[in-house]
Amino acid sequence: MTQTTGAFEPRLARRKRVGRLFMAGFAVMSFVGIGFLAVLIVRILWEGLPWISAKFIVNFPSVLSPADAGVRSALFGTVWLIVITGLVSVPMGVAAAIYLEEYASNNRITRLIQLSIANLAGVPSVVYGILGLAVFVRWLSCGRSVLAGGLTVALLVLPVIIIASREALGAVPNSFRHAAYALGATRWQTIRSHVLPAAVPGILTGVILALSRAIGEAAPLLMLGALTYVTFVPEGPLDEFTVLPLQIYQWVDQPQAEFHHLAAAGIIVLLGVLLPMNGVAIAVRAWHQRRKAW
Amino acid sequence: MSQWTRFREGAIRSVFFLCAAVSIVTTAGIAWVLISESAQFFAHVSPLEFFFGTRWAPLLEPRAYGVLPLVAGTLVIAVGSLIIALPIGAASALYMSEYAPPWVRGFLKPVLEVLAGIPTVVYGYFALTFITPYVIQPLFPGTSVFNAASAAIVVGVMIIPTISSLCDDAFRAVPKSLREAAFALSATRLEVSTRIVFPAAMSGVAAAVLLGFARAVGETMAVAIAAGMTPKLSLNPLQSLQTLTGYIVQVSLGDTPAGSIEYQTLFACAMTLFLMTLAINLVAIRVLRRFREAYE
Repeated sequence: MTQTTGAFEPRLARRKRVGRLFMAGFAVMSFVGIGFLAVLIVRILWEGLPWISAKFIVNFPSVLSPADAGVRSALFGTVWLIVITGLVSVPMGVAAAIYLEEYASNNRITRLIQLSIANLAGVPSVVYGILGLAVFVRWLSCGRSVLAGGLTVALLVLPVIIIASREALGAVPNSFRHAAYALGATRWQTIRSHVLPAAVPGILTGVILALSRAIGEAAPLLMLGALTYVTFVPEGPLDEFTVLPLQIYQWVDQPQAEFHHLAAAGIIVLLGVLLPMNGVAIAVRAWHQRRKAW
Repeated sequence: MSQWTRFREGAIRSVFFLCAAVSIVTTAGIAWVLISESAQFFAHVSPLEFFFGTRWAPLLEPRAYGVLPLVAGTLVIAVGSLIIALPIGAASALYMSEYAPPWVRGFLKPVLEVLAGIPTVVYGYFALTFITPYVIQPLFPGTSVFNAASAAIVVGVMIIPTISSLCDDAFRAVPKSLREAAFALSATRLEVSTRIVFPAAMSGVAAAVLLGFARAVGETMAVAIAAGMTPKLSLNPLQSLQTLTGYIVQVSLGDTPAGSIEYQTLFACAMTLFLMTLAINLVAIRVLRRFREAYE
């Protein structure tokens, strides 16, 4: 039986060898990302760790003496920004998701909303910066304030929160809803006491990922005219501000090596906040998937 | 239902609807801002000069407003990043969906998510202070400090998670029966992967490529840090160039007075960028929808 017809190729041993070769290739490719991440983290720790000290956390940035520079203003700015962003985007995003999953009928407006969200999720962040500049900074005259920044970033992460929350709400089985309706609960009572609690872990994962994205954003804030060199801490929502990624950008942009070390140290602080947040989000999801009630 | 309950139910529904409608308002707001501000720009500069001019120098005399060098710079970096991200993203997705045991998969997916969660300034820092001096310059002596290749590499790494997770979804949506049919005909795992799963998931892969491309086009900080600020109509990745986003950053760092023509170029460039990503995203959304319908 050595005759071959059509696409049938019986040289099995050879084909399996080729298969093993490719499998190894695919496996290696899968670890390229991890390798890159490892090199990146080692490099940043190498460059920045010697510059991390209590002084670096509590001092203001300084152009004159890099050795005394710190991230105080950027840390405070980031906290302000994230509080404003969270207060606006989380309730609004979850409410929008509830509307789309639990209330909306399949009509033109619903489809328009869905298309807008899908499209907004792909709009580059600088474009949100342009929107914020025209609407919040100038039209509503918030100035280059942390309020304008927080609102702009809130709009930016809104689609992320809506999409994640919708997925979480959609995964709650209909039997939960039917059980509540059968006992005479109204739609809102059903959502509040049955659907939402079951969806909380999924929503939480999405919210944490969205807020960690907000912490890392620099481009839209640059557009708003958020300052990159700030030596004060915002005391109210209408004060000017800077955030960690902008402070890092300002340091990277300097040609001297000292500033690059400062940038690396700033990145350590930034990743020191972000990586645990990502870890918590992934852990919440894993924990939820294991002990799901349905 | 009492009257109060009925009222409360209606009010809650309306509030939720308003929150959902914010996304329509945002979309409309973006369109309105871009159109109204660029209209003022096009009152000074003809669209013909803007879209087809080959020299971009709005901040220096003699001024020129041809956006093509910025578009070329944007495309060089976006295509370069795809050349890196597509093979790696697709291969790792194939590995995760067709080969890897569950525990390897359970390890790879979160790592990719961490990669996606790293802020883009960090990638920019890494491109400028590591990729260029320690990877590119030893291989290609004479490469300038700011160059498109280093930016393309880090943007490529940045979009690997997008491409690999969308490809992974697409591969896993291919019904098991197709694979089993091929295995029954004594196809090897590689043949099943490349001749059955990959073609069946083609539209998902296409959507992944488009969405990754759109992200690369809109990527800002890494490109502004690593690629430089010299608008050039050139395809040489070892030179410094400027992208649309890079120009937007450059202008917003300076003190351009609101209302000046330099200031309006900001909106014209943002509109060009928005139209590019919008077109790519709409095609991707459509392709993705079609592929979802095929198996569900």
